[in-house]
Amino acid sequence: MIEAFEKPDLLLALPEIWLLVMACVVLVVDLFSSDRDHGPAFILSQITLVVGIAITWSTQWGVDATTFNGSYVADSLAAVLKSSILLLAFLGFAYSRDYLRDRGLLRGEFYMLGLFCILGMMVTVSAGNLLTLYLGIELMSLCLYALVAFDRDSPTASEAAMKYFVLGALASGMLLYGMSMLYGVTGTLDLAAITEAAGEIDENRLLYLFGLVFMMVGVSFKFGAVPFHMWVPDVYQGAPTPVTLVIATASKVAAVGLFLRLIGEGLLPLLESWQHMVVILAVLSLLLGNTIALVQTNIKRMLAYSTFNHIGFILMGFVAGTPEGFGAATFYAVTYALTVAAAFGVIMLLAGKGFEADQITDLKGLNERSPLFALVMLLLMISLTGIPGTVGFYAKWMVLKSVVEAGFVWLAVLAVLGAVVGAFYYLRLVRYCYFDKPEGDGPRPDGSRGFQTVLAINGLAILWLGIFPGTLVAVCMAAFL
Amino acid sequence: MLESSWPLLSLLIWLPILGGVAVLLLGEQRASQGRMLALVVSGLTFLFSLLLITGFERGTAAMQFVELRPWVEALNVNYHLGVDGISMPLIILTTFSTVLVVIAGWERIAYKPNLYMACFLIMEGIVVGVFSALDVILFYVFWEAVLVPMFLIIGIWGGKERIYATIKFFLYTFVGSVLMLVALVYLQFQAGSFAILDMYGLGLPLATQVWLFIAFLLAFAIKVPMWPVHTWLPDAHVQAPTGGSVILAAIMLKIGGYGFVRFSLPVVPEASLALDWLMITLSLIAVVYIGLVAMMQQDMKKLVAYSSIAHMGFVTLGFFIIFDIVLRTGGSGALLALGGGMVQMISHGFISAAMFLCVGVLYDRMHTRMIRDYGGVGHRMPLFAGFFVLFAMANAGLPGTSGFVGEFMVILAAFQANFWYAFLAGTTLILGAAYSLWMIKRVVYGEVANEKVSALQDIDGREKIVLAALAVAVLWLGIYPAPLIEIMEPSLQQLLDNVIDHGIG
Repeated sequence: MIEAFEKPDLLLALPEIWLLVMACVVLVVDLFSSDRDHGPAFILSQITLVVGIAITWSTQWGVDATTFNGSYVADSLAAVLKSSILLLAFLGFAYSRDYLRDRGLLRGEFYMLGLFCILGMMVTVSAGNLLTLYLGIELMSLCLYALVAFDRDSPTASEAAMKYFVLGALASGMLLYGMSMLYGVTGTLDLAAITEAAGEIDENRLLYLFGLVFMMVGVSFKFGAVPFHMWVPDVYQGAPTPVTLVIATASKVAAVGLFLRLIGEGLLPLLESWQHMVVILAVLSLLLGNTIALVQTNIKRMLAYSTFNHIGFILMGFVAGTPEGFGAATFYAVTYALTVAAAFGVIMLLAGKGFEADQITDLKGLNERSPLFALVMLLLMISLTGIPGTVGFYAKWMVLKSVVEAGFVWLAVLAVLGAVVGAFYYLRLVRYCYFDKPEGDGPRPDGSRGFQTVLAINGLAILWLGIFPGTLVAVCMAAFL
Repeated sequence: MLESSWPLLSLLIWLPILGGVAVLLLGEQRASQGRMLALVVSGLTFLFSLLLITGFERGTAAMQFVELRPWVEALNVNYHLGVDGISMPLIILTTFSTVLVVIAGWERIAYKPNLYMACFLIMEGIVVGVFSALDVILFYVFWEAVLVPMFLIIGIWGGKERIYATIKFFLYTFVGSVLMLVALVYLQFQAGSFAILDMYGLGLPLATQVWLFIAFLLAFAIKVPMWPVHTWLPDAHVQAPTGGSVILAAIMLKIGGYGFVRFSLPVVPEASLALDWLMITLSLIAVVYIGLVAMMQQDMKKLVAYSSIAHMGFVTLGFFIIFDIVLRTGGSGALLALGGGMVQMISHGFISAAMFLCVGVLYDRMHTRMIRDYGGVGHRMPLFAGFFVLFAMANAGLPGTSGFVGEFMVILAAFQANFWYAFLAGTTLILGAAYSLWMIKRVVYGEVANEKVSALQDIDGREKIVLAALAVAVLWLGIYPAPLIEIMEPSLQQLLDNVIDHGIG
């Protein structure tokens, strides 16, 4: 039965509309601007993102409504995830300017592609319909493929983009196939309706599971969870660092939204079926990530492998299938993304013309050259390790709590032992920053004042949130109540 | 619970931490101002901590100076502080030792002196936090955060093998603590609260208790450290700068001992009873075997480090013989054993700090810690020799010094548990005397060994102040320990009743 046409409430979707309009404005403004540094495009993009956070917060926090016939959801979860994504993009743009200029990559398209990518992520986390969801993912992914290959003369970047594209297309296909199964069983694309139908399981259970498995594969790929992780290290290393930053941070937060909309909340009635799949993915991610990260000498690659460890933790948050668990996973993803964003920021700060500063030994004696950024690096690394005093601890602890309460004590033990292994390679970075003397001149932290200020605030925020985590925890928890 | 009218404990935690940040912000150019500020901050903290003694209500086991306010409301975590007779003396020990370390590091530290001072001040605040936290998450936050400044202290100002030593130290202690975190999360789930006191007497099944006990054991045994998880300690001590060794021995090891009385015994009493044989065995091995190992050391710092392990064996022995005593005699000696363990912790805090400082005094002048490079130091440094001999005697447990009190109480109590425990524990009086005095003989007495020794200058005013303060503490506690025991007794009695009620039933 076709419902009567209903005028959609455009106000609810204002964040996306704002971003879409502004992305076009940025494109046009950049065309007519003669600034070789693309200053107007940069400033407009940053304004777009900041205003976007305000709009998101004011229109979607505390709201629980749908529009466009249920295919767009505006709720607190969307508000939390979108504002984090916008904030992370803001950081990414702020850190990338000097880096891109040094490499001749500073072009207006970077901002335009970036904004469209963010738009895709926002659509994903607000999806109330399988098609909206897929649309968001594809918009995000296509922009990311292009961004990875942004340095088109670099063979490693092209290779990474190719690998990412081929595997990404395959994963999208899997996801779409899974969705089609779901559609076949329920006859609807609407996620709320699918959830309801899944609650009244009947003889079609096998078809549900069939679809679920394919969708799980697609989602795991977007997360980069083991064993669907092959693309991650190459893409992290090959892509220009600002793009790596976006993939490592904002796209992970978007993936949390994807998981929650599609499986976590969408197929919650099938919890028993997907719980063990998630456990297996989490265990594999924890094991593989930690082992291989131990032997990396390239910081970007090391962060890529250590990402698996953190994805393992995020997945553990989903295992319980409770609001607390989902809240913990969201908190983990947001704080992890903030931490890693700053880590890539430091790498870009140290990088100069023709010099990537992505070898671990490039950090030698950072404390002598810049005590402030050595301190920032120390905070980031102990936060990633999960030492209290920094926000990483609360993230880990909240996840552990939800897992223990769900009865998976062994998984918690495995995860904390993984954290100990993680301590080894994170501390190695601290060791180079603090205990070694600089070799020769070494890379110096030189960046514009604005860049350095934002990076320092980002780093110290990890400490601040580690001492006063209350508000952020409350926000992430409230998104599921 | 006794509320405090003003947040004294918070002051003791945050004054040094913020003071440390202030020292750091001075920048490395202004080293003398940094030192001065560090001294003022640590001195003030010590003076404020004395208010804990004057304001402490004796004769009650209740928590005092309690502060309770919400911290992470969404998860029901509270900023919950308070002290009883067990933790209060340890806080005083912490603030006292930090003042000494600041003075001892006065002009000795040339590389980034302000960062050095800041690390110690921040650590002081964190350790006070460990001893006063009454919320498990708050406790864990402080417990783990301690590692970071110590990691930097050993790694930046340590000796040749400092990086190996500090990473070993960090990973070793981290392994133990993360399992404790899982145990705490599980306990919170069972108790429905994060308050430590709510976790007492939960009456969990024995099998669960044993798992929890093992998780706690790993965390605390590594910190104490007990044989066989002690191997990080000699490395860390030898490589650490003098101040680092002092804090490590005087305070960090106590955190482990404190954990046993705050968590293991009261939270999982039945498992403590079931596994007390293990604890007693490990403690006795520490006392006897590590005592023998200490005797064979060529390096003075290593010798003191091993003797620390042996002395901490007494602490754990005292804590875990209580079950045997209660089962055999009905209990009067159990309180003696617990009290002995506690007194031994405080006393070892003073003595080990003094011993490491003495070794530091020699190392600063000669740049070697090898016993064979010394001889006849007493001829050139008579005053120093006096102090060194006094502390070595205390280390050997000479009556009249603090080292005697704790060991004697534990040995006396051990007789009520089992003659052989007492016998083996008693060998420490011989072993301790052997390694301490033999070292003294080779270093202080005899002919002046070489030209370097003959050029030695006696201790200066700064060193005199530090060593004299410790000498007073050691003698005072040795001659008149009654005030300390009076403070501890009600809390220990309550702990004992609690453990006996739930553990033996």
